[in-house]
Amino acid sequence: MESGTLRLKVGLAEMLKGGVIMDVTTAEQARIAEDAGAVSVMALERVPADIRAQGGVARMASVRRIKEIMATVTIPVMAKCRIGHFVEAQILQALGVDYIDESEVLTPADEHFHVDKFAFSVPFVCGARDLGEALRRIGEGAAMIRTKGEAGSGNIVEAVRHMRKVTSHIKRLTTLGPEELMTEAKELGAPYELVRWVAQNGRLPVPNFAAGGIATPADAALMMQLGAEAVFVGSGIFKSADPAVRAKIIVQATTHYKDPAVLAKISEELGEAMPGIETSRLAEKDLLQTRGW
Amino acid sequence: MRIGVLALQGDFALHEEALARLGVDSAEVRRPTELDAVDGLIIPGGESTTLLTLMKASEFVPALEKFHASGRPMFGTCAGLIVLAREVVNPEQFSLGFIDVTVERNAYGRQRESFESEGEATLDGSPRPLKMVFIRAPRIRRLGPAVSRLASHGGECVMARQGTVVVAAFHPELTEDPTVHRYFASLVKAER
Repeated sequence: MESGTLRLKVGLAEMLKGGVIMDVTTAEQARIAEDAGAVSVMALERVPADIRAQGGVARMASVRRIKEIMATVTIPVMAKCRIGHFVEAQILQALGVDYIDESEVLTPADEHFHVDKFAFSVPFVCGARDLGEALRRIGEGAAMIRTKGEAGSGNIVEAVRHMRKVTSHIKRLTTLGPEELMTEAKELGAPYELVRWVAQNGRLPVPNFAAGGIATPADAALMMQLGAEAVFVGSGIFKSADPAVRAKIIVQATTHYKDPAVLAKISEELGEAMPGIETSRLAEKDLLQTRGW
Repeated sequence: MRIGVLALQGDFALHEEALARLGVDSAEVRRPTELDAVDGLIIPGGESTTLLTLMKASEFVPALEKFHASGRPMFGTCAGLIVLAREVVNPEQFSLGFIDVTVERNAYGRQRESFESEGEATLDGSPRPLKMVFIRAPRIRRLGPAVSRLASHGGECVMARQGTVVVAAFHPELTEDPTVHRYFASLVKAER
């Protein structure tokens, strides 16, 4: 009997496909998310929009909060650790969380290195802005990739850019000859074996989800049509005027993403979305997506 | 012959790939009307609470009852087993009740307790070893008298059948072994 294998790590991500993973900060929010049809919840101390507004150091959520949320819902519970903070990750694994997000939303703990994710039996998801970053994280053991987008912005443009960048680069790799792949790996800053695998298979070796700026059902469906296999919604639900209704509609939109008639019908009940930020006006230091190496 | 895969949420694409490797036609089912065009249905792994929410939102429950009554076979893996069972515990929740078993959700624990192992399946008369992948898996706690055991792991029933309804607690779509999908495809073919 084996546990903690790559097949089991990727396998859980496979089960989450076509679903919505929702950021929650309390047990009550976790229950609302589960009732709305979330496939998983991300246990957090503060949602990204509040982290952005309040500043300071953002760390792993408190153990008590994570345990409360785990005790409340039957769906998988994820939690975030800081980039490179392998002890936060060890604690999350000891708590029994189902997925660890080594996340740029929290303040990085290491300016050079990410966590060695092969050292853990619990699977990891990591953010990426481009193919090189995605393959470096997979090379370190990530079992799921998500776009970084710009968390807490309520603006989908960054997630779109990151998803398009990854998918168009994957397409380009499939057109290259074998002699071109080593130079490509060098330029991507990614492991050669993974570059070759992607060139041969035309996709990432692990599930590819979207995150960072999804605030409406249309945003969720847009990311799915662009090739995301599931979506993370952070501040978009509990910073809106109508969390329970919005959560339910985003779940439906993620399933029926190819069906505009359904999207139009379900969107009728929507209230006010979270306020958005024009990300192009953010100073470089205020961007979360540039964290990670 | 075409086998539908319920594509509301979960690893439906892997089931389609498994059927494609056997040369069997498949179709994604996202609306109840799409059930008319398929001869059998796979309910994939995923989150059972999410599947139920989406099934209710699209009025799938009466359509699936009709589908089952028409004699067309159904196969549920993991969350699909939970959705098809007569009774669900930990916690109690709605289910279709097409197969007389009691299922306990997340019965092995959380993701760190997920495991792969070898079990034994008796699908074509003689028992043979089968690679099994269990992810936050349910356990079949009770089998009704009309239910037959198709596979075991550690002495426990992990795959069962009642009439045209087949269920598995593990994920045959996560391995390369085509045995289980071939078994279901031949059942669909026989019932056409």
